[in-house]
Amino acid sequence: MMDVGRHPKIKLYSYSEIDNVSGYVGNFNVRIRKKARYVDENECTACDECAKVCPITVPNAFQMGLSLRKAIYMPFPQAVPSSYILDMEHCLGNNPIACGKCYDACDKKCIDYDMQDEIVDVKVGAVIVATGMDVYDPTRLDDYGYTRFENVITSMEFERLICSEGPTGGHFIRPTDHKTPKTIGFIQCVGSRTQDPERGNPYCSNICCMNTVKDSLLLKDHYPDVEVKVFYMDIRAFGKGFEDLFMRSKEKGVMYIRGIPGEIEEDPQTKNLRLMVENTTTRQIEEHELDMVVLSVGVIPRRDNEVVKKLFSLSTTSDGFLMESHPKLKPVDAPTGGVFFAGCAEFPKDVKDSVTQASAAAARAGVLLSAGKIKIEAITAVVDEEACKLCGICARVCPFNAIIFDKKSKTPAKVIEAACKGCGTCSAECPFDAITMQHFTDRQMYAQIEAILSDKPMDKIVTFACNWCSYAGADLAGLSRLQFPHNARIIRTMCSGRVKDKFVLHAFKHGAPVVLVSGCHFADCHYIDANRWTQKRVWKLWDKLEKLGIRPERLQLEWVSAAEGKKWAEVMNAVEEIRKTVTKEEVEHTIKVIREAEKPKKPKAKKEPAAATT
Amino acid sequence: MTEQHSASDDLRIGVFVCECGLNIAGSVECGEVAEFAATLPDVVFSCVNRYTCSDPGQQEIKRNIVEHKLNRVVVASCTPRMHEPTFRNCVAEAGLNPYLFEMANIREHCSWVHLYDRKAATEKAKDIVKASVARARHLSAQQEIELQVSRNALVIGGGVAGINAALDLADTGYQVYLVEKEASIGGIMAQLDKTYPTMDCSI
Repeated sequence: MMDVGRHPKIKLYSYSEIDNVSGYVGNFNVRIRKKARYVDENECTACDECAKVCPITVPNAFQMGLSLRKAIYMPFPQAVPSSYILDMEHCLGNNPIACGKCYDACDKKCIDYDMQDEIVDVKVGAVIVATGMDVYDPTRLDDYGYTRFENVITSMEFERLICSEGPTGGHFIRPTDHKTPKTIGFIQCVGSRTQDPERGNPYCSNICCMNTVKDSLLLKDHYPDVEVKVFYMDIRAFGKGFEDLFMRSKEKGVMYIRGIPGEIEEDPQTKNLRLMVENTTTRQIEEHELDMVVLSVGVIPRRDNEVVKKLFSLSTTSDGFLMESHPKLKPVDAPTGGVFFAGCAEFPKDVKDSVTQASAAAARAGVLLSAGKIKIEAITAVVDEEACKLCGICARVCPFNAIIFDKKSKTPAKVIEAACKGCGTCSAECPFDAITMQHFTDRQMYAQIEAILSDKPMDKIVTFACNWCSYAGADLAGLSRLQFPHNARIIRTMCSGRVKDKFVLHAFKHGAPVVLVSGCHFADCHYIDANRWTQKRVWKLWDKLEKLGIRPERLQLEWVSAAEGKKWAEVMNAVEEIRKTVTKEEVEHTIKVIREAEKPKKPKAKKEPAAATT
Repeated sequence: MTEQHSASDDLRIGVFVCECGLNIAGSVECGEVAEFAATLPDVVFSCVNRYTCSDPGQQEIKRNIVEHKLNRVVVASCTPRMHEPTFRNCVAEAGLNPYLFEMANIREHCSWVHLYDRKAATEKAKDIVKASVARARHLSAQQEIELQVSRNALVIGGGVAGINAALDLADTGYQVYLVEKEASIGGIMAQLDKTYPTMDCSI
């Protein structure tokens, strides 16, 4: 931590947030809001004189609320920057009648009640997202009585109680009588590995088993006579040196009991805790009386993940952690170019794995930064200036504001190549076919559709799949060897937003019984919200099909993420069932009505202008 | 359709069907697919490779580009999400614009999901190749634009991961901006008393 503070190449913005990000790989413009801390962090010497005179006390969040701090405070003794901060929410203010004591006590006069937020703009080539995790809150698990029974604590509170810098100076005491407990129980997997959403999350939080093994050893080191019981379903000691540590804990006499207790009861007199558990090794129901219970709580995604997701167009897996580019081959790359992950933002991990991933992320970012330049794939939009009728729809639908169009100037729309990501929404929405997507041209799409339907069209399901989610979901189905009917023929687009209504009609016109359009889930779209346009377009198409007397269900729309191979297989089965219901007559009728609808309408007979007749 | 046909008479397409060991050949008759590919319009060469992505496989692509004057290349193998960059580089080394390369995914989308119906899988593989060749006929050369990269990095989050990433990048010589939401860096790690497996202090 100290190294960060003094490194000449690191500019630390603490107590700061990111307001806005624009740009793209290699060239991100980042706006940082340095929030007012009301203490000049460069001048503050952390002498503590201000806190000594501060009359306000509030629970200390760093100590998990187990002790108090002042309204002006140091977050913790080793904090970097080593500076106090004024908590304006609780401060009485500088009005001499109200307070203003700290200002008087500060020798260096580094307290400024009028300090304002500061805005800093920086330009960066690469971004590492290391936003971390939150800890599961077990309050809602009523049967464990957390917050109802004072002697039930979480593993995070345990850390503070056993720490020499903690509220008790490292004396491990139980909250009700401040005595050192003689028997302590740990309950594992609290908030983890459950299929019941009321009781937590389905995944394993990775760190809690070894954290408890460590805690049990700390207790045995400090208090050799203390009885420690660990209630668990599996002990996952899979890492280097982990099994040794687990064995050491057992050798020290820590009892490991396989079974998760159902309910904790408190003795109202002694405040001791009683719990019943089915020991699944001995198949006995056991009752244990304990002085204290530690809930080994799991890791959850940060509650404010949405912010960073939005800033960098990231997506999350079903468990809420940030999704990597490829689970095996690109585990630290975000799907957004130039963005990398480190630590628990991506998935729960311990200190060693966090450090490992941090180095990997730094190296991946280094690959980009050291090259000094980057090639942008030539899949961007190009406007045909002659065909452009100045309607401006393209500029309106572009999720990246990459199209410049000004109605007043009466010049055709212009694409900023470096900002265009190639989703193709503009091209799909252009009513005049005036926008070509390089490498994903209309002509290429039509050629694929025609090729697929040139032979036995009744057997085929023309499927459009976006590169990032649904195509990748189909890949995952393959990787997982899921088996499903063989009728789908996939056409890859970068985004489902590329799928023009004419592509769908072209497929029907060439005898497709069923067409499937598939894209990312809304929150996951790699082009911000381009798939909203896909949805609107499909809605319109459904109306159109209905009007033409074509069953709308022959056009299917599905959202499949890169992690949903199973869903892809289910969709394949479902669309195949629909295909089976389509008759040859129906397809022939479809071809006929679409051809008729495409015929140019006869121009209405215009009246000759009166002037011309004379 | 406002676009002009880029397909012209002098198209010379080569199709390379990959067996991927048994990953594809296990459920798809690759020889049959290659023979079928040869009948498609503008295809002047087709063959089967054991592993097209391997060095010998890539050498064969390069050799045939020269030998048969190929100006479009289709590789029928795995997902483009995996090896498209590999093959783009390969054809570029043989002097072809990388955007004149096209991939037909007959592994993830075919052989692996139809393991037990060789006939249907082979027919589907042919169809996938047919669509890819149809697309390849309309491919045109593209020039990628090159952008300068700013040599600064942003690290969001000053926990153990962010701190280490920032230090590694800064030690490499890049300017790092480390943004932390709280008043101090340290994150959750700073709240831990000791950490496993070393049982030493966290800060």
